[in-house]
Amino acid sequence: MLSGKTAIVTGGSRGIGEATVKKLASLGASVAIIYAGSEEAALVLRDECKDNYGVRMAAYKCDVSDFDAVKATVAAVKAEFGGIDILVNNAGITLDGLVATMKEEDFDKVIAVNLKGAFNFIRHVAPHMIRARSGRIVNVSSVSGLMGNGGQANYAASKAGIVGLTKTVARELAPKNITCNAVAPGFIRTDMTKAFEGDERITSAVPLGRMGEPHEVAEVIAFLCSPAASYITGEVIRVDGGMAM
Amino acid sequence: MVFEIVAELIAERNDCDVSEIKPESKFSELGIDSLDTVEMMMSLEERLGREIELDRKVETVGEFVAYVEEQLAKAEENA
Repeated sequence: MLSGKTAIVTGGSRGIGEATVKKLASLGASVAIIYAGSEEAALVLRDECKDNYGVRMAAYKCDVSDFDAVKATVAAVKAEFGGIDILVNNAGITLDGLVATMKEEDFDKVIAVNLKGAFNFIRHVAPHMIRARSGRIVNVSSVSGLMGNGGQANYAASKAGIVGLTKTVARELAPKNITCNAVAPGFIRTDMTKAFEGDERITSAVPLGRMGEPHEVAEVIAFLCSPAASYITGEVIRVDGGMAM
Repeated sequence: MVFEIVAELIAERNDCDVSEIKPESKFSELGIDSLDTVEMMMSLEERLGREIELDRKVETVGEFVAYVEEQLAKAEENA
């Protein structure tokens, strides 16, 4: 379904990013995995997808919050794969704390990675998509950004920012046949939510009564990247077991 | 030189004669929106074999050309 397409997935070595890399590769896309720290995981995933799906894969270490580093990485992907059809901005971190005691640098850091990181990639990938007159951008927001979440002023602000960014980019790039959408996951079983595993207060807030799995988010991301979603742009799809409805 | 290339790119795009493109021609009058100028900048990069960073809105062909020439001069200085 996506053969001949090239995708960039940030935060691609773990969690929702890893599941997305696998899903896109399984659909035939060549994938550039962008990772920050987990080099080994990224390289294992790269080789696994190459072997299992016979697609072209590459992994790039990049600090998504660094404008120039992102520029260089996008240029490297373009040189390696020849084009960029799909961008999934998934890289994200949490540095939780109550707003009354949150350190300034913790606020700045989360915004820099989660929100500016997405901007940086869109900024450098968009010209290629504009020229190709087609493209798919999917940003990973969060239900925290839609409904707020105590202890996550920085994270929720960054994820709400992603929603505004998504809708603006959708409007700006629509004339060039480029769609931009977001998914808003709820509690998904990843390293980020390890501390909440088995916590009944969490699952009781979720109508479906359980945490989600990374692949359940990856399915929706892949749909938004596919021809089936050609008339959807500026949309935010919750993948949260009903939590934020 | 940059003007000639830009004029050629626009003439090709609009399917018109190169002589119709003047430095004072407004992009809006040529049916070229700001996204199209991004596209043109990329075509120009290819033609020149040089990277150009378009980080502002330009209204006329002349402005665009002056901006590109300025960027090329800067790159020359840094080389």
